[in-house]
Amino acid sequence: MLSLGSDFQKDFFSLFNLPVRFQLNTALLEQHFRVLQMQVHPDKFTHLPESERRVSMQWATRVNEGYQTLRKPIDRARYLLMLHGVDTQEETNTAMPVDFLIRQMEWREGVAEALQAKDSAVLDELNHKLRQDVKSLQMQLEQLLDKQQDYPAAAGIVRKLKFFEKLAEEIDSAFDEIDD
Amino acid sequence: MALLQISEPGLSAAPHQHRLAVGIDLGTTNSLVATVRNGISLVLNNESGHALLPSVVRYAADASVQVGDAAQALQSEDPVNTIVSVKRFMGRGLADVGDVSNLPYRFVEAPSFATGQTHGMLQLRTVGGVKSPVEVSAEILNVLRVRAEQSLGGDLVGVVITVPAYFDDAQRQATKDAAKLAGLNVLRLLNEPTAAAIAYGLDNASEGIYAVYDLGGGTFDISILKLSKGVFEVLATNGDSALGGDDFDHRIYCWVLEKNNLSALGAHDTRLLLTRARAAKEELTDYAETRITAILSNGEVIDTVLTQQDFYDMSKNLVARSMQPIRRALRDAELAVDEIKGVVMVGGSTRMPQVQRAVAEFFKQDPLTNLDPDKVVALGAAIQANVLAGNRNEEDWLLLDVSPLSLGIEIMGGLTEKIIPRNSTIPTARAQEFTTYKDGQTAMSVHVVQGERELVSDCRSLARFELRGIPPMVAGAARIRVTYQIDADGLLSVSAREQSSGLQSHIVVKPSYGLSDDEVARMLQDSTLHARDDMQSRALREQQVEAQQLLDAVANALEQDGATLLNEEARASIHAAMDVVRNALQGSEQQAIKRAVAKLNEATLPFAQARMDKSVSRALTGQNISQLDN
Repeated sequence: MLSLGSDFQKDFFSLFNLPVRFQLNTALLEQHFRVLQMQVHPDKFTHLPESERRVSMQWATRVNEGYQTLRKPIDRARYLLMLHGVDTQEETNTAMPVDFLIRQMEWREGVAEALQAKDSAVLDELNHKLRQDVKSLQMQLEQLLDKQQDYPAAAGIVRKLKFFEKLAEEIDSAFDEIDD
Repeated sequence: MALLQISEPGLSAAPHQHRLAVGIDLGTTNSLVATVRNGISLVLNNESGHALLPSVVRYAADASVQVGDAAQALQSEDPVNTIVSVKRFMGRGLADVGDVSNLPYRFVEAPSFATGQTHGMLQLRTVGGVKSPVEVSAEILNVLRVRAEQSLGGDLVGVVITVPAYFDDAQRQATKDAAKLAGLNVLRLLNEPTAAAIAYGLDNASEGIYAVYDLGGGTFDISILKLSKGVFEVLATNGDSALGGDDFDHRIYCWVLEKNNLSALGAHDTRLLLTRARAAKEELTDYAETRITAILSNGEVIDTVLTQQDFYDMSKNLVARSMQPIRRALRDAELAVDEIKGVVMVGGSTRMPQVQRAVAEFFKQDPLTNLDPDKVVALGAAIQANVLAGNRNEEDWLLLDVSPLSLGIEIMGGLTEKIIPRNSTIPTARAQEFTTYKDGQTAMSVHVVQGERELVSDCRSLARFELRGIPPMVAGAARIRVTYQIDADGLLSVSAREQSSGLQSHIVVKPSYGLSDDEVARMLQDSTLHARDDMQSRALREQQVEAQQLLDAVANALEQDGATLLNEEARASIHAAMDVVRNALQGSEQQAIKRAVAKLNEATLPFAQARMDKSVSRALTGQNISQLDN
């Protein structure tokens, strides 16, 4: 019998037939995601035996997971680093440059003030700035991962991005609170 | 518009190879059943030519049950035993329903499995006995099943039942349980706005990003979808599972009370005025004012004129409440209003002019209303049911939906930790590792909640899972990997495995608002729905059909891939398992057939995996190698 689940064990880049690197052709990822789901989605198997339905759910789950992982830059970077055997140490390594931490505190104050004033225009502005900062970190990631192969430095950027991710969540819930 | 053709009941059955499947819109106010015939989705009428079945169930003292128009006609006369808008109670506790004083029912608090306290799904005391909302909904589904079977001339292979996109796990599970009670095989629970998008999108061959605004009798959903090359991808969904047309009726009702200095009406008068309020609301869609008249049980005459403007003013907050979920959905999808190509209106409540105006203002465009907002959900569900039943349609299309609410677990300090974020494309899964904190600990409990808030108490309790059978080790040595899986129906299941020993932990699920499997089984036993049917012979028949279909499917798969993917030994073991099924089919023992079917399913699992591997690797090979390096 053929070795089973060989494709299932593939890394996400191979699964989606994309080069193993940070730079991503988003349109191609999307297109391949659709092609794969057309093959594996549970809706294609509802009239088939239970064994095939089970395999389909596992596959569709995996394809969704891969799509999510590759689509989000921070997750993609983390995943790439994992493939290269580098742990991003987001829980353990909390050492951050002082100026970065000060800037983070300013961000948080800004969100808190906007929330208190119930000013969603200010929140919008903060959101916009945040996206710009995140974008520039992502460009650094591309350099470090794809050109310089400097994985420890890339892991540092991922840790920074994690801060911004939390900040984005805070801005999001501030929007919700103003809405309520 | 081809989609809205209505059939006569009792039309001749479709060709033999066509597998009978229907879509059911189990609505708060009305329910419908639709099917695809000759490639066209159509709503099935009852004998009197009505498509809409009022979602009203009346229980009588002699254990008889009336459903639909007959029950609705008696709702003011017998309000306590006539259940309307039962959908609002599905998977809900008494505390969730809010102000019950305006509802003419005798509620019974049911114990929750999770807490042992009275926080489970509520029940209703009627002259016909205490009823769970699941049982009430099953009566409605049963009428639609019978209508469909008579109209199509045979047993249904399966159904697609629609639920509000914003329904949580308990509400979805309750809906699925109701279908089970009604003897229906659920192919899929489908989100209502997504169903509407199918009916709309396939009919118009649309491409681009659309919003579906679905305001029903008791629920509100907003879904943002991307339609592209036959794929319907839900980007984000949001809503309010306790906002709908009923609330608009209620505003009018309260206004009438105030206007006439009335207070604390009896059940009969309450239902009477609510009925008048709904009629007034519908009138105001087309007229500038309407007259509300009623004679109360004490002889008092109500005669009040309500203007459109007054109605708009009193319902302004309700309309505004639907705008907040829209903003959230857009934010989640990272889209701006001007990126929305069209807005589809679904649900009878979107007929209200003030709703249409508010939506048009928000999206800066006129909403699309060219499909009947009452029928579009059922029509879409029928199209999906047809495909899921295995009736291939010419064009290949696919639906990718999301889970509406974040899934989390309770951590220390009554806080939640998110495990699966909202708007994750389903099916999806996440695994987490836990360890023990005491030496020799063999069990642990995980509290799963759904919702966006930080505090557990602000989220909705789904279930408590107790993991038992952890091998005793020193504290912190056990590694228990818990996997949370949300399937394509949006339903959660949990599995757990101790990593070092590989032992599968035993999981006891205690749903907070749901029914246990035992309880569903008991209801099935007690159910009067199957009195006419011999339940056992029906079960045997279904098992036989399933077994035969399995044999056909496996034979088919063997013919396609058996020679290339399996060696002789593997083929022989599958053939042996098939023979066991064939033998069991000679007899008429349901359990024997069931066992043989399970064995064959197990025997074919590696083959199924190999077949999937093959189709996956084939799918992307030859595709754009040249594009790889751009």
